[in-house]
Amino acid sequence: MSEAVSMLCLVMILLVPLAALGLALMNTGLGRSRSAAHTMLTALCIMATAAVVYFAFGFCWQGAAGRAAHIFNINGKPWNWFGAESPFFSSLTMDGSLPSLVALSQMFGAGLAALIPLGAGTDRWRLGPACVSTAILAGVTYPLFAHWAWGGGWLSQLGVHYGMGRGYLDAGGAGCIQVTGGLTALCIAWILGPRRGKYSSSGMAAALPGHHTVFVLLACFLAWIGWTGLNASGALLFAGSPSSSLVLIAIDTMLSASAAALAAAVITRTRFGRPDASLCANGWVGGLVASSAGCGFLSPAVAAVTGVVAGALVTLSVEWLDVYLGVDDPGGSVSVNAIAGTWGLLAAGMFGRVPESQWLAQVVGIATLFGFVFPLAFTSNWVLNRFFPQRVSPEGEWQGMDLHELGAGAYPEFVIHREDFIQR
Amino acid sequence: MKPAGFLLLLAGWGIVLTAAALLEPTAVRAGFVLAGVGVEGLGLALVIRAHIVPRGDRS
Repeated sequence: MSEAVSMLCLVMILLVPLAALGLALMNTGLGRSRSAAHTMLTALCIMATAAVVYFAFGFCWQGAAGRAAHIFNINGKPWNWFGAESPFFSSLTMDGSLPSLVALSQMFGAGLAALIPLGAGTDRWRLGPACVSTAILAGVTYPLFAHWAWGGGWLSQLGVHYGMGRGYLDAGGAGCIQVTGGLTALCIAWILGPRRGKYSSSGMAAALPGHHTVFVLLACFLAWIGWTGLNASGALLFAGSPSSSLVLIAIDTMLSASAAALAAAVITRTRFGRPDASLCANGWVGGLVASSAGCGFLSPAVAAVTGVVAGALVTLSVEWLDVYLGVDDPGGSVSVNAIAGTWGLLAAGMFGRVPESQWLAQVVGIATLFGFVFPLAFTSNWVLNRFFPQRVSPEGEWQGMDLHELGAGAYPEFVIHREDFIQR
Repeated sequence: MKPAGFLLLLAGWGIVLTAAALLEPTAVRAGFVLAGVGVEGLGLALVIRAHIVPRGDRS
Protein backbone atom coordinates (compact mmCIF):
# COMPACT_ATOMS: atom_id res chain seq x y z
CA MET A 1 0.00 0.00 0.00
CA SER A 2 1.55 3.30 -1.09
CA GLU A 3 1.90 6.23 1.30
CA ALA A 4 -0.75 8.23 -0.57
CA VAL A 5 -3.28 5.39 -0.34
CA SER A 6 -2.44 4.92 3.36
CA MET A 7 -3.15 8.61 3.97
CA LEU A 8 -6.38 8.43 2.00
CA CYS A 9 -7.41 5.37 3.98
CA LEU A 10 -6.56 7.11 7.26
CA VAL A 11 -8.74 10.10 6.35
CA MET A 12 -11.63 7.76 5.50
CA ILE A 13 -11.22 5.86 8.79
CA LEU A 14 -11.31 9.13 10.72
CA LEU A 15 -14.77 9.84 9.26
CA VAL A 16 -16.18 6.66 10.84
CA PRO A 17 -16.80 8.20 14.32
CA LEU A 18 -19.40 10.40 12.61
CA ALA A 19 -21.38 7.23 11.89
CA ALA A 20 -21.19 6.37 15.58
CA LEU A 21 -22.32 9.89 16.48
CA GLY A 22 -25.19 9.51 14.04
CA LEU A 23 -26.34 6.24 15.59
CA ALA A 24 -26.02 7.66 19.12
CA LEU A 25 -28.07 10.76 18.25
CA MET A 26 -30.67 8.66 16.48
CA ASN A 27 -31.06 6.30 19.46
CA THR A 28 -31.34 9.29 21.77
CA GLY A 29 -33.90 11.06 19.63
CA LEU A 30 -36.03 7.94 19.25
CA GLY A 31 -36.07 7.35 23.02
CA ARG A 32 -37.87 9.25 25.76
CA SER A 33 -36.78 12.67 27.00
CA ARG A 34 -36.28 11.35 30.53
CA SER A 35 -33.59 8.93 29.27
CA ALA A 36 -31.83 11.21 26.78
CA ALA A 37 -28.67 12.00 28.75
CA HIS A 38 -28.38 8.37 29.83
CA THR A 39 -28.57 7.15 26.23
CA MET A 40 -25.84 9.54 25.07
CA LEU A 41 -23.61 8.69 28.03
CA THR A 42 -24.17 4.97 27.45
CA ALA A 43 -23.21 5.47 23.80
CA LEU A 44 -20.00 7.19 24.84
CA CYS A 45 -19.20 4.47 27.39
CA ILE A 46 -19.93 1.77 24.82
CA MET A 47 -17.46 3.34 22.36
CA ALA A 48 -14.88 3.65 25.14
CA THR A 49 -15.34 0.07 26.37
CA ALA A 50 -15.19 -1.31 22.84
CA ALA A 51 -11.97 0.56 22.08
CA VAL A 52 -10.23 -0.56 25.28
CA VAL A 53 -11.37 -4.19 25.06
CA TYR A 54 -10.51 -4.43 21.37
CA PHE A 55 -7.08 -2.95 22.11
CA ALA A 56 -6.55 -5.33 25.05
CA PHE A 57 -7.45 -8.60 23.36
CA GLY A 58 -9.99 -8.21 20.54
CA PHE A 59 -7.30 -7.74 17.93
CA CYS A 60 -5.58 -10.94 19.14
CA TRP A 61 -8.42 -12.98 17.65
CA GLN A 62 -9.01 -10.84 14.62
CA GLY A 63 -5.56 -10.08 13.25
CA ALA A 64 -5.13 -9.04 9.67
CA ALA A 65 -4.84 -10.86 6.37
CA GLY A 66 -1.44 -12.46 5.82
CA ARG A 67 -0.43 -12.39 9.48
CA ALA A 68 -0.08 -15.11 12.12
CA ALA A 69 -3.19 -17.26 12.63
CA HIS A 70 -4.38 -20.64 13.91
CA ILE A 71 -5.06 -22.82 10.89
CA PHE A 72 -6.52 -26.34 10.83
CA ASN A 73 -6.61 -28.57 7.78
CA ILE A 74 -9.98 -30.01 6.83
CA ASN A 75 -10.12 -32.42 3.89
CA GLY A 76 -6.67 -31.23 2.77
CA LYS A 77 -7.62 -27.54 2.70
CA PRO A 78 -6.48 -24.96 5.28
CA TRP A 79 -9.23 -23.41 7.45
CA ASN A 80 -8.09 -20.27 9.17
CA TRP A 81 -10.10 -19.91 12.42
CA PHE A 82 -8.38 -17.43 14.78
CA GLY A 83 -5.81 -14.71 14.59
CA ALA A 84 -2.66 -15.19 16.66
CA GLU A 85 -1.65 -11.64 17.51
CA SER A 86 -0.23 -10.43 20.82
CA PRO A 87 -2.42 -8.46 23.25
CA PHE A 88 -2.33 -4.66 23.51
CA PHE A 89 -1.34 -4.23 19.83
CA SER A 90 2.20 -5.18 20.89
CA SER A 91 2.86 -7.10 17.68
CA LEU A 92 1.98 -4.07 15.55
CA THR A 93 4.15 -1.28 14.23
CA MET A 94 2.16 1.94 14.11
CA ASP A 95 3.63 3.17 10.85
CA GLY A 96 0.61 3.49 8.59
CA SER A 97 1.05 -0.04 7.28
CA LEU A 98 -2.02 -2.12 6.44
CA PRO A 99 -2.17 -4.00 9.80
CA SER A 100 -1.94 -0.75 11.78
CA LEU A 101 -4.72 0.80 9.69
CA VAL A 102 -6.80 -2.35 10.20
CA ALA A 103 -6.31 -2.07 13.98
CA LEU A 104 -7.42 1.57 13.97
CA SER A 105 -10.44 1.00 11.73
CA GLN A 106 -11.52 -2.02 13.75
CA MET A 107 -11.44 -0.15 17.05
CA PHE A 108 -14.08 2.09 15.53
CA GLY A 109 -15.82 -0.85 13.84
CA ALA A 110 -16.17 -2.78 17.09
CA GLY A 111 -17.57 0.33 18.77
CA LEU A 112 -20.05 0.88 15.96
CA ALA A 113 -21.25 -2.73 16.17
CA ALA A 114 -21.61 -2.44 19.95
CA LEU A 115 -23.59 0.79 19.61
CA ILE A 116 -26.33 -0.88 17.56
CA PRO A 117 -27.93 -2.86 20.45
CA LEU A 118 -28.34 0.39 22.38
CA GLY A 119 -31.11 1.34 19.97
CA ALA A 120 -33.06 -1.76 21.04
CA GLY A 121 -32.38 -1.27 24.74
CA THR A 122 -33.08 2.46 24.99
CA ASP A 123 -35.04 3.59 28.07
CA ARG A 124 -34.40 0.42 30.11
CA TRP A 125 -30.83 -0.88 29.60
CA ARG A 126 -28.61 -0.17 32.61
CA LEU A 127 -25.24 1.47 32.00
CA GLY A 128 -23.06 -1.14 33.75
CA PRO A 129 -24.48 -4.24 32.02
CA ALA A 130 -24.43 -2.36 28.69
CA CYS A 131 -20.66 -1.90 29.11
CA VAL A 132 -20.12 -5.56 30.05
CA SER A 133 -22.23 -6.68 27.09
CA THR A 134 -20.12 -4.40 24.90
CA ALA A 135 -16.94 -6.01 26.26
CA ILE A 136 -18.25 -9.44 25.20
CA LEU A 137 -19.14 -8.16 21.74
CA ALA A 138 -15.92 -6.23 21.15
CA GLY A 139 -13.71 -8.86 22.77
CA VAL A 140 -15.14 -12.10 21.40
CA THR A 141 -18.09 -12.06 19.01
CA TYR A 142 -17.03 -9.26 16.69
CA PRO A 143 -13.31 -10.09 16.32
CA LEU A 144 -14.07 -13.75 15.67
CA PHE A 145 -16.42 -13.11 12.76
CA ALA A 146 -14.32 -10.19 11.51
CA HIS A 147 -11.29 -12.50 11.35
CA TRP A 148 -13.21 -15.00 9.27
CA ALA A 149 -14.42 -12.30 6.89
CA TRP A 150 -11.60 -9.75 6.89
CA GLY A 151 -8.56 -11.21 8.63
CA GLY A 152 -7.73 -13.86 6.05
CA GLY A 153 -10.14 -16.31 7.72
CA TRP A 154 -11.97 -19.23 6.18
CA LEU A 155 -14.94 -17.18 4.89
CA SER A 156 -12.65 -14.94 2.88
CA GLN A 157 -10.87 -18.02 1.48
CA LEU A 158 -14.03 -19.73 0.17
CA GLY A 159 -13.22 -18.47 -3.31
CA VAL A 160 -9.59 -19.65 -3.36
CA HIS A 161 -10.22 -23.10 -1.88
CA TYR A 162 -13.76 -23.94 -2.95
CA GLY A 163 -14.42 -21.84 -6.03
CA MET A 164 -17.16 -19.74 -4.41
CA GLY A 165 -16.68 -16.48 -6.28
CA ARG A 166 -14.03 -14.30 -4.66
CA GLY A 167 -14.88 -15.59 -1.17
CA TYR A 168 -17.31 -13.92 1.23
CA LEU A 169 -17.60 -10.27 0.17
CA ASP A 170 -18.37 -7.62 2.77
CA ALA A 171 -16.46 -4.49 1.82
CA GLY A 172 -17.95 -2.02 4.31
CA GLY A 173 -19.09 -4.31 7.10
CA ALA A 174 -22.76 -5.05 6.40
CA GLY A 175 -22.24 -8.46 7.98
CA CYS A 176 -19.29 -7.93 10.33
CA ILE A 177 -20.61 -4.72 11.86
CA GLN A 178 -24.28 -4.27 11.02
CA VAL A 179 -25.77 -7.77 11.10
CA THR A 180 -23.62 -8.73 14.09
CA GLY A 181 -24.84 -5.61 15.93
CA GLY A 182 -28.42 -6.05 14.72
CA LEU A 183 -28.68 -9.67 15.86
CA THR A 184 -27.19 -8.70 19.23
CA ALA A 185 -29.83 -5.94 19.38
CA LEU A 186 -32.54 -8.58 18.92
CA CYS A 187 -31.04 -10.61 21.77
CA ILE A 188 -30.96 -7.52 24.01
CA ALA A 189 -34.57 -6.61 23.14
CA TRP A 190 -35.68 -10.14 24.04
CA ILE A 191 -33.67 -10.30 27.25
CA LEU A 192 -34.78 -6.85 28.47
CA GLY A 193 -38.41 -7.24 27.43
CA PRO A 194 -40.63 -4.37 26.28
CA ARG A 195 -40.82 -0.98 27.98
CA ARG A 196 -43.61 -0.58 30.51
CA GLY A 197 -46.69 0.70 28.78
CA LYS A 198 -45.55 -0.42 25.33
CA TYR A 199 -48.22 -3.10 25.19
CA SER A 200 -51.68 -2.82 26.67
CA SER A 201 -53.24 -5.60 28.73
CA SER A 202 -54.98 -6.80 25.57
CA GLY A 203 -51.62 -6.97 23.77
CA MET A 204 -52.06 -3.96 21.51
CA ALA A 205 -48.79 -2.15 20.77
CA ALA A 206 -48.81 1.53 21.74
CA ALA A 207 -46.83 4.07 19.74
CA LEU A 208 -44.19 5.63 21.99
CA PRO A 209 -42.87 8.34 19.69
CA GLY A 210 -39.29 9.55 19.96
CA HIS A 211 -38.78 12.76 21.87
CA HIS A 212 -36.54 14.64 19.40
CA THR A 213 -37.17 14.21 15.67
CA VAL A 214 -34.59 16.86 14.81
CA PHE A 215 -31.88 14.76 16.48
CA VAL A 216 -33.05 11.76 14.48
CA LEU A 217 -32.93 13.57 11.15
CA LEU A 218 -29.65 15.33 11.91
CA ALA A 219 -28.26 11.88 12.69
CA CYS A 220 -29.03 10.81 9.12
CA PHE A 221 -26.68 13.47 7.72
CA LEU A 222 -23.91 12.56 10.15
CA ALA A 223 -24.36 8.85 9.46
CA TRP A 224 -24.11 9.49 5.71
CA ILE A 225 -20.66 11.09 6.08
CA GLY A 226 -19.53 8.41 8.51
CA TRP A 227 -20.79 5.58 6.31
CA THR A 228 -18.99 6.96 3.27
CA GLY A 229 -15.76 6.76 5.30
CA LEU A 230 -16.67 3.31 6.61
CA ASN A 231 -17.42 1.90 3.16
CA ALA A 232 -14.41 3.56 1.52
CA SER A 233 -11.91 2.47 4.18
CA GLY A 234 -13.37 -1.05 4.29
CA ALA A 235 -13.19 -1.43 0.51
CA LEU A 236 -9.55 -0.27 0.47
CA LEU A 237 -8.46 -2.38 3.44
CA PHE A 238 -10.51 -5.56 3.11
CA ALA A 239 -11.87 -5.90 -0.43
CA GLY A 240 -8.73 -4.97 -2.33
CA SER A 241 -10.46 -2.10 -4.12
CA PRO A 242 -8.18 0.46 -5.78
CA SER A 243 -8.30 4.09 -4.67
CA SER A 244 -9.83 4.93 -8.06
CA SER A 245 -13.01 3.13 -6.96
CA LEU A 246 -13.69 5.64 -4.17
CA VAL A 247 -15.94 7.75 -6.37
CA LEU A 248 -18.12 4.74 -7.19
CA ILE A 249 -18.20 3.77 -3.50
CA ALA A 250 -19.39 7.25 -2.48
CA ILE A 251 -22.02 7.26 -5.25
CA ASP A 252 -23.27 3.78 -4.33
CA THR A 253 -23.52 4.78 -0.67
CA MET A 254 -25.42 7.98 -1.42
CA LEU A 255 -27.77 6.41 -3.96
CA SER A 256 -28.63 3.45 -1.76
CA ALA A 257 -29.46 5.69 1.22
CA SER A 258 -31.45 8.14 -0.90
CA ALA A 259 -33.48 5.46 -2.62
CA ALA A 260 -34.18 3.75 0.71
CA ALA A 261 -35.36 6.98 2.37
CA LEU A 262 -37.62 7.81 -0.57
CA ALA A 263 -39.03 4.27 -0.58
CA ALA A 264 -39.79 4.63 3.14
CA ALA A 265 -41.43 8.01 2.51
CA VAL A 266 -43.63 6.63 -0.28
CA ILE A 267 -44.63 3.56 1.73
CA THR A 268 -45.50 5.50 4.87
CA ARG A 269 -47.31 8.17 2.81
CA THR A 270 -49.34 5.45 1.10
CA ARG A 271 -50.14 3.56 4.28
CA PHE A 272 -50.64 6.34 6.82
CA GLY A 273 -51.56 9.31 4.64
CA ARG A 274 -48.34 11.22 5.39
CA PRO A 275 -44.63 10.42 5.49
CA ASP A 276 -43.34 9.24 8.86
CA ALA A 277 -40.13 11.05 9.87
CA SER A 278 -38.69 8.33 12.09
CA LEU A 279 -39.37 5.56 9.56
CA CYS A 280 -37.83 7.68 6.79
CA ALA A 281 -34.74 8.12 8.97
CA ASN A 282 -34.68 4.38 9.63
CA GLY A 283 -35.01 3.80 5.90
CA TRP A 284 -32.11 6.15 5.18
CA VAL A 285 -29.81 4.31 7.58
CA GLY A 286 -31.11 0.97 6.27
CA GLY A 287 -30.00 2.07 2.81
CA LEU A 288 -26.57 2.98 4.14
CA VAL A 289 -26.33 -0.43 5.81
CA ALA A 290 -27.38 -2.28 2.64
CA SER A 291 -24.80 -0.36 0.60
CA SER A 292 -21.94 -1.54 2.82
CA ALA A 293 -21.64 -5.11 1.58
CA GLY A 294 -21.16 -4.46 -2.12
CA CYS A 295 -20.00 -0.85 -2.28
CA GLY A 296 -17.61 -0.49 -5.17
CA PHE A 297 -18.92 -3.72 -6.70
CA LEU A 298 -22.43 -2.49 -7.51
CA SER A 299 -23.30 -0.27 -10.45
CA PRO A 300 -25.09 2.95 -9.40
CA ALA A 301 -28.43 1.68 -10.74
CA VAL A 302 -28.12 -1.58 -8.80
CA ALA A 303 -27.15 0.36 -5.67
CA ALA A 304 -30.33 2.43 -6.02
CA VAL A 305 -32.50 -0.67 -6.45
CA THR A 306 -30.77 -2.26 -3.46
CA GLY A 307 -31.67 0.86 -1.49
CA VAL A 308 -35.33 0.75 -2.54
CA VAL A 309 -35.66 -2.84 -1.36
CA ALA A 310 -33.79 -2.04 1.89
CA GLY A 311 -36.10 0.93 2.57
CA ALA A 312 -39.19 -1.21 1.99
CA LEU A 313 -37.84 -4.05 4.15
CA VAL A 314 -37.00 -1.69 7.01
CA THR A 315 -40.34 0.11 6.94
CA LEU A 316 -42.41 -3.07 6.86
CA SER A 317 -40.29 -5.07 9.29
CA VAL A 318 -40.34 -2.34 11.98
CA GLU A 319 -44.11 -2.76 12.19
CA TRP A 320 -43.93 -6.54 11.92
CA LEU A 321 -41.49 -6.84 14.80
CA ASP A 322 -43.34 -4.28 16.93
CA VAL A 323 -46.92 -5.42 16.44
CA TYR A 324 -46.78 -9.13 15.65
CA LEU A 325 -43.63 -10.36 17.38
CA GLY A 326 -43.78 -8.11 20.44
CA VAL A 327 -40.17 -6.91 20.00
CA ASP A 328 -39.87 -3.44 21.53
CA ASP A 329 -37.00 -1.91 19.55
CA PRO A 330 -37.28 1.90 19.88
CA GLY A 331 -34.35 2.60 17.55
CA GLY A 332 -35.37 0.06 14.91
CA SER A 333 -31.93 -1.55 15.21
CA VAL A 334 -33.05 -5.06 14.26
CA SER A 335 -34.76 -3.92 11.06
CA VAL A 336 -32.18 -1.31 10.09
CA ASN A 337 -29.05 -3.30 10.82
CA ALA A 338 -29.86 -7.02 10.81
CA ILE A 339 -32.51 -7.17 8.08
CA ALA A 340 -31.15 -4.47 5.74
CA GLY A 341 -27.60 -5.79 6.28
CA THR A 342 -28.61 -9.33 5.36
CA TRP A 343 -30.31 -8.02 2.24
CA GLY A 344 -27.20 -6.02 1.34
CA LEU A 345 -25.01 -9.13 1.63
CA LEU A 346 -27.34 -11.09 -0.64
CA ALA A 347 -27.63 -8.24 -3.14
CA ALA A 348 -23.84 -7.96 -3.38
CA GLY A 349 -23.60 -11.64 -4.27
CA MET A 350 -26.48 -11.69 -6.74
CA PHE A 351 -26.25 -8.34 -8.51
CA GLY A 352 -22.69 -7.11 -7.99
CA ARG A 353 -19.85 -7.18 -10.50
CA VAL A 354 -18.62 -10.45 -9.04
CA PRO A 355 -18.12 -14.04 -10.27
CA GLU A 356 -21.27 -16.08 -10.88
CA SER A 357 -20.88 -18.34 -7.85
CA GLN A 358 -20.46 -15.41 -5.45
CA TRP A 359 -24.00 -15.82 -4.10
CA LEU A 360 -23.02 -19.13 -2.48
CA ALA A 361 -20.20 -17.52 -0.49
CA GLN A 362 -22.63 -14.82 0.64
CA VAL A 363 -25.16 -17.45 1.75
CA VAL A 364 -22.44 -19.26 3.72
CA GLY A 365 -21.55 -15.93 5.39
CA ILE A 366 -25.18 -15.19 6.28
CA ALA A 367 -25.63 -18.75 7.57
CA THR A 368 -22.60 -18.18 9.81
CA LEU A 369 -24.06 -14.95 11.16
CA PHE A 370 -27.40 -16.56 12.01
CA GLY A 371 -26.08 -20.02 12.91
CA PHE A 372 -23.07 -19.04 15.02
CA VAL A 373 -22.96 -15.32 15.86
CA PHE A 374 -26.63 -15.11 16.86
CA PRO A 375 -26.61 -18.07 19.31
CA LEU A 376 -23.27 -16.88 20.72
CA ALA A 377 -24.62 -13.35 21.27
CA PHE A 378 -27.82 -14.61 22.88
CA THR A 379 -26.12 -17.13 25.15
CA SER A 380 -23.45 -14.70 26.36
CA ASN A 381 -26.00 -11.95 27.09
CA TRP A 382 -28.39 -14.43 28.73
CA VAL A 383 -25.63 -15.65 31.05
CA LEU A 384 -24.64 -12.03 31.77
CA ASN A 385 -28.25 -11.24 32.62
CA ARG A 386 -28.36 -14.12 35.15
CA PHE A 387 -25.47 -12.64 37.14
CA PHE A 388 -25.83 -8.93 36.38
CA PRO A 389 -29.45 -8.03 35.54
CA GLN A 390 -29.48 -5.82 32.49
CA ARG A 391 -32.88 -4.20 32.91
CA VAL A 392 -33.49 -1.27 35.23
CA SER A 393 -35.97 -1.70 38.10
CA PRO A 394 -39.63 -0.72 37.50
CA GLU A 395 -39.14 2.28 39.80
CA GLY A 396 -36.12 3.40 37.80
CA GLU A 397 -37.97 3.03 34.53
CA TRP A 398 -40.88 5.03 35.93
CA GLN A 399 -38.51 7.73 37.15
CA GLY A 400 -36.50 7.80 33.93
CA MET A 401 -32.96 6.56 33.33
CA ASP A 402 -31.49 10.06 33.64
CA LEU A 403 -32.67 10.69 37.19
CA HIS A 404 -32.36 7.07 38.30
CA GLU A 405 -28.83 6.32 37.08
CA LEU A 406 -27.28 9.76 36.59
CA GLY A 407 -29.11 11.85 39.15
CA ALA A 408 -29.97 14.65 36.72
CA GLY A 409 -32.13 15.02 33.65
CA ALA A 410 -31.03 16.02 30.16
CA TYR A 411 -33.55 18.87 29.99
CA PRO A 412 -33.87 20.33 33.50
CA GLU A 413 -35.91 23.30 32.22
CA PHE A 414 -38.70 21.00 31.10
CA VAL A 415 -40.91 19.50 33.80
CA ILE A 416 -43.77 18.10 31.77
CA HIS A 417 -44.22 14.30 32.04
CA ARG A 418 -46.73 12.25 30.14
CA GLU A 419 -47.62 9.19 32.16
CA ASP A 420 -47.78 7.09 29.02
CA PHE A 421 -46.33 4.04 30.74
CA ILE A 422 -49.53 3.42 32.72
CA GLN A 423 -51.53 0.45 31.48
CA ARG A 424 -54.38 1.30 29.20
CA MET B 1 -38.56 -24.64 22.47
CA LYS B 2 -35.93 -21.89 22.71
CA PRO B 3 -32.93 -24.21 23.32
CA ALA B 4 -34.15 -26.47 20.53
CA GLY B 5 -34.29 -23.48 18.21
CA PHE B 6 -30.74 -22.42 19.02
CA LEU B 7 -29.55 -26.01 18.61
CA LEU B 8 -31.19 -26.13 15.19
CA LEU B 9 -29.43 -22.86 14.27
CA LEU B 10 -26.09 -24.41 15.21
CA ALA B 11 -26.95 -27.67 13.46
CA GLY B 12 -27.87 -25.79 10.28
CA TRP B 13 -24.56 -23.96 10.39
CA GLY B 14 -22.82 -27.32 10.84
CA ILE B 15 -24.50 -28.64 7.70
CA VAL B 16 -23.42 -25.52 5.78
CA LEU B 17 -19.81 -25.89 6.96
CA THR B 18 -19.73 -29.59 6.20
CA ALA B 19 -21.17 -29.06 2.75
CA ALA B 20 -18.62 -26.34 2.00
CA ALA B 21 -15.71 -28.45 3.22
CA LEU B 22 -16.53 -31.93 2.00
CA LEU B 23 -18.71 -31.77 -1.12
CA GLU B 24 -17.20 -31.20 -4.53
CA PRO B 25 -19.62 -30.58 -7.39
CA THR B 26 -21.03 -27.06 -7.11
CA ALA B 27 -24.66 -28.09 -7.52
CA VAL B 28 -24.52 -30.70 -4.76
CA ARG B 29 -22.64 -28.33 -2.48
CA ALA B 30 -25.16 -25.55 -3.15
CA GLY B 31 -28.02 -27.93 -2.45
CA PHE B 32 -26.63 -28.94 0.92
CA VAL B 33 -25.75 -25.34 1.81
CA LEU B 34 -29.35 -24.35 1.11
CA ALA B 35 -30.57 -27.33 3.13
CA GLY B 36 -28.46 -26.08 6.04
CA VAL B 37 -29.96 -22.63 5.63
CA GLY B 38 -33.41 -24.26 5.71
CA VAL B 39 -32.58 -25.94 9.02
CA GLU B 40 -31.40 -22.58 10.35
CA GLY B 41 -34.67 -21.03 9.19
CA LEU B 42 -36.57 -23.64 11.17
CA GLY B 43 -34.41 -22.90 14.23
CA LEU B 44 -34.94 -19.17 13.84
CA ALA B 45 -38.70 -19.68 13.59
CA LEU B 46 -38.66 -21.73 16.79
CA VAL B 47 -36.59 -19.13 18.65
CA ILE B 48 -38.84 -16.29 17.49
CA ARG B 49 -41.94 -18.28 18.42
CA ALA B 50 -40.53 -18.98 21.87
CA HIS B 51 -40.03 -15.27 22.42
CA ILE B 52 -43.44 -14.08 21.30
CA VAL B 53 -45.21 -12.96 24.43
CA PRO B 54 -48.88 -13.99 24.40
CA ARG B 55 -50.98 -10.90 23.78
CA GLY B 56 -52.66 -10.99 27.17
CA ASP B 57 -49.31 -11.09 29.01
CA ARG B 58 -47.48 -8.31 27.19
CA SER B 59 -48.03 -5.38 29.52
